[in-house]
Amino acid sequence: MYHLIVFLPLLGAVIASVIALTGARRRHPGAVGPVDAFHDGHDHAHHAAHDAHGHDDHGGHDDHAHGPVEPAAYGSRAAEYVTTGLLIVSAVLSWIAFVDVTLNDADAHVRVMRWISAGGLQLDWAFRIDTLTAVMLVVVNSVSALVHVYSIGYMHEDPHRPRFFAYLSLFTFAMLMLVTSDNLVQLFFGWEGVGLASYLLIGFWYQKPSACAAAIKAFVVNRVGDFGFSLGMFATFVVFGSVSFETIFAAAPGVADKTIHFLGHDWHALTVISFLLFIGAMGKSAQIGLHTWLPDAMEGPTPVSALIHAATMVTAGVFLVARMSPIFEHAPDTLAFITVIGGTTAIFAATIGLVQTDIKRVIAYSTCSQLGYMFAALGVGAYGVGVFHLFTHAFFKALLFLGSGSVIHAMHHEQDMRKMGGLRRLIPVTYWMMVIGTLALTGFPLTAGYFSKDAVIEATYAAHTGVGAYAFAMTVLAALLTSFYSWRLIFLTFHGAPRASLETMSQVHESPRVMIAPLLILSVGALFAGLVFHSAFVGEGQGEFWREALFTGEGNEILHHMHEVPAFVVYAPFVVMVIGFALAWLFYIKRPDLPGRLASEMRPLYEFLLNKWYFDELYDRIFVRPAKWIGRFLWKTGDGKIIDGLGPDGVSARVLDVTGQVVKLQTGYLYHYAFAMLIGVAAMFTWFMVRGI
Amino acid sequence: MTDWPILSLVTFLPLVGVFFLLVIRGDDEAALRNVRHVALWTTVVTFAVSLVLWAKFDTTNPGFQFVEQAEWLGGAIKYRMGVDGISTPFIILTAFLMPFCILASWTSIKLRVREYMIAFLVLETLMIGVFSALDLVLFYLFFEGGLIPMFLIIGIWGGTRRIYASFKFFLYTLLGSLLMLVAILAMYGVAGTTDIQALLAYKFPAEMQTWLWLGFFASFAVKMPMWPVHTWLPDAHVEAPTAGSVILAGILLKMGGYGFLRFSLPMFPLASEYFAPFVWTLSVVAIVYTSLVALMQEDIKKLIAYSSIAHMGFVTMGLFAMNAQGVQGAVFQMVSHGLVSGALFLCVGVVYDRMHTREIAAFGGLVNKMPWYAAALMVFTMANVGLPGTSGFVGEFLTLVGAFRANTWVALFATTGVILSAAYALWLYRRVVFGTIRPGLEAIPDLSGKEIALLVPLAVLTVIYGLWPAPILDMSAASVDNLIQSAQAAVDSAGKAAMATTP
Repeated sequence: MYHLIVFLPLLGAVIASVIALTGARRRHPGAVGPVDAFHDGHDHAHHAAHDAHGHDDHGGHDDHAHGPVEPAAYGSRAAEYVTTGLLIVSAVLSWIAFVDVTLNDADAHVRVMRWISAGGLQLDWAFRIDTLTAVMLVVVNSVSALVHVYSIGYMHEDPHRPRFFAYLSLFTFAMLMLVTSDNLVQLFFGWEGVGLASYLLIGFWYQKPSACAAAIKAFVVNRVGDFGFSLGMFATFVVFGSVSFETIFAAAPGVADKTIHFLGHDWHALTVISFLLFIGAMGKSAQIGLHTWLPDAMEGPTPVSALIHAATMVTAGVFLVARMSPIFEHAPDTLAFITVIGGTTAIFAATIGLVQTDIKRVIAYSTCSQLGYMFAALGVGAYGVGVFHLFTHAFFKALLFLGSGSVIHAMHHEQDMRKMGGLRRLIPVTYWMMVIGTLALTGFPLTAGYFSKDAVIEATYAAHTGVGAYAFAMTVLAALLTSFYSWRLIFLTFHGAPRASLETMSQVHESPRVMIAPLLILSVGALFAGLVFHSAFVGEGQGEFWREALFTGEGNEILHHMHEVPAFVVYAPFVVMVIGFALAWLFYIKRPDLPGRLASEMRPLYEFLLNKWYFDELYDRIFVRPAKWIGRFLWKTGDGKIIDGLGPDGVSARVLDVTGQVVKLQTGYLYHYAFAMLIGVAAMFTWFMVRGI
Repeated sequence: MTDWPILSLVTFLPLVGVFFLLVIRGDDEAALRNVRHVALWTTVVTFAVSLVLWAKFDTTNPGFQFVEQAEWLGGAIKYRMGVDGISTPFIILTAFLMPFCILASWTSIKLRVREYMIAFLVLETLMIGVFSALDLVLFYLFFEGGLIPMFLIIGIWGGTRRIYASFKFFLYTLLGSLLMLVAILAMYGVAGTTDIQALLAYKFPAEMQTWLWLGFFASFAVKMPMWPVHTWLPDAHVEAPTAGSVILAGILLKMGGYGFLRFSLPMFPLASEYFAPFVWTLSVVAIVYTSLVALMQEDIKKLIAYSSIAHMGFVTMGLFAMNAQGVQGAVFQMVSHGLVSGALFLCVGVVYDRMHTREIAAFGGLVNKMPWYAAALMVFTMANVGLPGTSGFVGEFLTLVGAFRANTWVALFATTGVILSAAYALWLYRRVVFGTIRPGLEAIPDLSGKEIALLVPLAVLTVIYGLWPAPILDMSAASVDNLIQSAQAAVDSAGKAAMATTP
């Protein structure tokens, strides 16, 4: 069954890419005859040819095309149905597996085949199935299946649908390899695989320069994190002699006091390993410092943002820390660091979210902030709480993204909230879906976010440590900001007077059923996921639920302490949520002039937030430009002037002085060379003869 | 074991093709077609024979197999051939890449086709000879002789600055090979034999090892090429015709790495141990330095040439880490790089054949008109970046693991290469492939059937070896273990001897 769950999406990806490539071949038949004679204009025939077919499958209404429309790729329908169908099967199987693992304790280890073996390093392709994996399977496959369905509607104007669905399914496969991995290197395979899919999907509209730039940025910034991840893998191998989870988890307590010689010092081994791995997690999960790629990633199509940049890929870092909890639990310094990073990211991203005007960027910063919550929980040792928030967040954040996609679809690809407003009556279903998502995100009582987010905040308080207190303060404050920017988004988009042109408003329409259905399903999750699963993930049933999937040390009684926090901690999130709502109502419904006045009065602060704390500018100054300058310097001066100047060019200038008159250059080198070789051989023979052998 | 000389067969089979080429008369179209077909079928048959070699190869045997021996120059110098798990992958790689080279030159070479094909077939004999020779003199002849056809290929069928490029090539390799020749003479003087198997068992005195090591190093470092003797490579690549670049990057560079494995590490273990930090330093500098330089290149071929130097830096680093992961990773990295860089140069050839320029700025938005090309280039770019699931990852990962075990600083700096490689490779891809189609390129045709036939097998192998690297890793495992153990034993016993003399 696990083979099917993991490999069905891959099968879909392969089929869809074959369809995409054959379609592309029909459109661009390739060179026949000499390739450099293409200027002759013999290609006009092709255009006529591909206009003839290609239209056959372009069903649906086409009333709002943008610019000159390329005909849909050959086999678009087939590609959509195959990938979506396979993913739905995979999702259903995931739920069956989830029930099987959590109720019947059916943990499993499935070996697929051998991978790398060199000396003591032995790696297999294998699946490790436990509760943590089962939770992730459900999250990944459910959201992915819904996003596939949604994309059928959202992308129906796009001429490159087979390629899009191939990428989506490829991403899902890589993500499944990541969560089912039984060793660090296979996890890294999935880790980089989702990075590749993310790169391809962000750059899906490759004609847009901004999309291409965002794609590269996402990949390279993630590679900075992977730099840490790689070193962490190497260190793991050196310390444990293995990278398989089974071996290292069993051996972890034994090496808790060991040191590793790293960069000239002896360090606590598990702290080094966990710290390096966490750098990887920071890159993938867009934590402060390595977050800059996530907002830019919104250049990709909106379903991609929902699947990759909200629900699944960005939570891979959280998964990694939870998966490696037997290691992290023995590294208190790293955990403290994670708590600080998590708390800081939560507040930092929320402040930027306050002033963004692009509907998707607001949600992107919100995602960044919520990931900070998850890490804050992990950092204080409440792994179950962190994963619980991951679980619920997947539902309501995917809902918000797909909802905003529905808004963008209705507004003809307008993403600027300043040009929206008053959409409530025109697209009522989308409106209510967005409201449900917002309620869940802000933690309205009994919605999903209420259980998981409040649990995070309580856990940070219950840690009773300095960093815990810091994270508590930050997360509570961030909850206030979350409530404010979320309701700001709702009010700006759906309430008030319309700010779009009359023409645009007259064409606003509710999305087709194929897009609405996934929203409805997700809204059920956003409303009830917390209520249903609360006791299993973090409540009384948590020990029985997680079993060995998450490791907590003997001194770790965080879940116990969480039940004994004072009342103000329990009520704080609710109170700040109400305050945030009230402020948003005041700013954007009651007194719409206030935001502008506030912005002009506090210009520097506003600019600071609007420019995202100037991270991009800073990185450009200290990394990008110097790297280019050094590259050019090393090339022109290092290679050109110094090495070549002193070496071959300098020598050749002298040699030329002597021999230039005598031999023609072109043949000269060869003769020189053959001559030198002959001399060499002759010298060798002379030597042998003198030796008399 | 076979009773027929399969190694001599696979080595000299291309010369049979040369004989037929010499026999073909005339310069008309029919004759040219015959020339091309003879060359192609010669290389295909040679590859088939190399597959037989692979099938009969015993991976559990750490020693030399298929050993042949015959009287040759009289005295101690004999004709000795034989392969082990370290050389066999390279023989198969060479035989595998040659048909691609012939096909890549099918229409793009229009002048002196017969001579061109002869040069390639002679080159194939010499390259396979390097990897199968078991006598120092024989090795030297093959090793140095291989440069002559390469000279001709660059010098006659090369680009506009071919004179400068071949002169640079000449200066570097001449210096290196002369020093190696001196070292070979000295070895013969001491050991009294040129039999590589005997030399592997011979223990050279510690001080002498240092000098011999340096002599060989001079030659192999230029071949690799290692920083700072790398500057001939970008020029040679830029001027060479496509197939020349494929062979240069795919096979000729590997001779340096093979030389380290065959001579420096096993024959001079004490010197290798002594110089290891020096080699690591040069490797790390090469990785960081050339990656940064690659970032700023304006010529596609030059960019890939610089990235080759960086990848070879991983190889030397892994070799001198002197542990199973490092050395096996280095062997794998060389094979993988042979496939990937060969494919990348073929990809450059595709657009060069269409536009007759390699300027990055001359391209843009190719995906709009050449979707198959874009897909193929994406696969090889990702392999170049070392994405897991491609063969590029396995070698990079293993050499880095090996380096980390040996010295964490080396691993730290070398790992920055994964960031830089992503930066230069993806930026190149973006500038050439993404965006809107550049004016003037609207009618550029996608891959032809022949080009697809060239690139698809390479792409498939790149992915297969990324998921299932066992064929190559298993082949080299026994020989590499043997090498490391004997080198380690030599270092240990020398250490004990030193301990004994100093109280």
